[in-house]
Amino acid sequence: MPIVVKVETCTGCETCIESCPFDAIVMKDGKAYINEYCNACMTCLSVCPEGAIIEVKEPSPAADKKERDAKLQAYKGVFIFAEQREGVVVPVSYELLGSGRRLADELGTDLSAVLFGAGESEANELIRWGADRVFHCAHPDLNSFNDDTYTEVLAGIINEHKPAIVLAGATPVGRSFIPRVAARVRTGLTADCTSLEVDKETGNLLQIRPAFGGNIMATILCPDYRPQMATVRPRVMKRGEYDKDRTGELIQIESDNLNSRTKVLEFVKEASGISVNLHEADVIVAGGRGTGGEKGMKLLEELAEALGGVVGASRAAVDEGWVPYLHQVGQTGKTVNPKVYIACGISGAVQHLVGMQSSDIIIAINKNPDAPIFNVATYGIVGDMFEIVPLLTRKIKEAKGQ
Amino acid sequence: MNIVVCIKQVPDTADIRINPETNTLMREGVPSIINPFDLNALEAGIQIREQTGGKVTVLTMGPPQAEAALREALSMGADEAVLLSDRAFAGSDTWATSYTLARAIDKIGADIIFCGKQAIDGDTAQVGPETAEFMGIPHIAYVRKIEEIKDNSIKVQRLMDEGYDVVESSIPVLLTVVKELNQPRMPSLKGKIAAKKAEIRKLGMADIDADENNLGLKGSPTQVKNIFAPETKAERKMIEGSPEEQVANLIEEFKKIKCL
Repeated sequence: MPIVVKVETCTGCETCIESCPFDAIVMKDGKAYINEYCNACMTCLSVCPEGAIIEVKEPSPAADKKERDAKLQAYKGVFIFAEQREGVVVPVSYELLGSGRRLADELGTDLSAVLFGAGESEANELIRWGADRVFHCAHPDLNSFNDDTYTEVLAGIINEHKPAIVLAGATPVGRSFIPRVAARVRTGLTADCTSLEVDKETGNLLQIRPAFGGNIMATILCPDYRPQMATVRPRVMKRGEYDKDRTGELIQIESDNLNSRTKVLEFVKEASGISVNLHEADVIVAGGRGTGGEKGMKLLEELAEALGGVVGASRAAVDEGWVPYLHQVGQTGKTVNPKVYIACGISGAVQHLVGMQSSDIIIAINKNPDAPIFNVATYGIVGDMFEIVPLLTRKIKEAKGQ
Repeated sequence: MNIVVCIKQVPDTADIRINPETNTLMREGVPSIINPFDLNALEAGIQIREQTGGKVTVLTMGPPQAEAALREALSMGADEAVLLSDRAFAGSDTWATSYTLARAIDKIGADIIFCGKQAIDGDTAQVGPETAEFMGIPHIAYVRKIEEIKDNSIKVQRLMDEGYDVVESSIPVLLTVVKELNQPRMPSLKGKIAAKKAEIRKLGMADIDADENNLGLKGSPTQVKNIFAPETKAERKMIEGSPEEQVANLIEEFKKIKCL
């Protein structure tokens, strides 16, 4: 279904060229021409004043369609990949169960979780959070994450049980090995979704995700292949209901002869005392150039600690060497969406904003009233962070009765 | 070592917005750049060549205008450049892009393939791992440090949420890299002059032994249904007054949102 320009209708007005997010339209002999960068995003169709840009649908013979539909029908059920770290299921897995349960109910099908490593108690916990069935592979080689072994076992389960939908967390683990799985089972994968819906007409999964650093949202479909696979951003989906009496089926998966070309030799935890898991934090206190150095960052650590949060940083603070890269928020760092993001001494370059603007509540503290950070702030305070932050920390501790 | 670095030309995305009234994109004057993480990938490739000898080939898939990105990479120190270009590749999603890159790299030949961890336009981070899968070789994502390279193996640090893993892999291997890995060098004047004259090798569908059914829109399992502007946030509020008043106000707001 390529996008093409009807040469006879094109007036060469060049309106479409600016509209293309992928630089895929160029002028050729006075007419617009769509080249290899085209992602078929359809933007230009509505921009052209002459209606000269069209989508060419390739006719699919009826017999083919019937055969294809029958093939797709064989895929049923919603699967979620329940990631664990050091034997404990990570929070995003429960969010996937909440989202997966809703999709399964809407589609009138059931929900399965796939768990590698960890103990049976964690598997049962997945059932109480909404799974009808858990495929548990307790092979010791799966206790720590490894792309080769995880891909092999998950692709095997998908090929055998043919789910219609497979969801995983958009964590370093999910975003590393799930693409391999999708490539292996020959299906589409949508990265880092923030919303999932069922198309009422077709039953297809509508996968909604931000692109261009969150400036644009896109709805992605995988209509002709199964399963429909997506990684889901942590902290955006709601957990389901916990029911301690809920029962389900626990299926042990045997896997012998797991082969791997990569091997994890050790895991080294970030040295600083405070947690650095920015993806799963409710509160992030972030500092920029305005923190002036380690002394300023120390104040932010204290505030983060008082709020039970973690410390983030702008690129400027990381480049200055005040904070390790692991803490960097923004285009070349992490994309985060905590409940509360407190930006201190961060001016708000667009590269920073794209990494944090989807936070629920943004509080900006900055000396400069014209700093762009105030354009995205829910609450703005013009002032000196060296004065405000320690005071805030003290008042929070008082309010908490500490 | 034969090293292939995959790069992508992207719009400098930061300034792209959607016009909320017409639901179309506004990208006036947004320049095209080499995806920032790909510069770290290129730097890593050049550094390894400097240590072990060999050749760095920079590869991109795109239209003829992507040549500019390849020439920039040559001026930084890549030895050869390959442009993978064909109308048949148009509309590729990550699956089809990875398949196409894999077939091209098979043709070029590589011991180590470097990619940026993700491109800043799509942010999917999928093309690296998928390319490795199509080549039938292992990959390590989010590489922050290369600890050791031997003839048949490599040891690296992989950035995780709360620290890093030390991972060893056999070679050939594909690595996707984060910014922390290195500081990309600037092009030298000599490099710039050489890059201008350098010949760029062009590969199309017929050159890479690809199955036509796996290319472009036809080979892409995912489709973009539509694009729209993100929801705008609730009201903004400036908190005025003395520092004490500002903090007291903020504490009240914290209580309202149940953060306290």
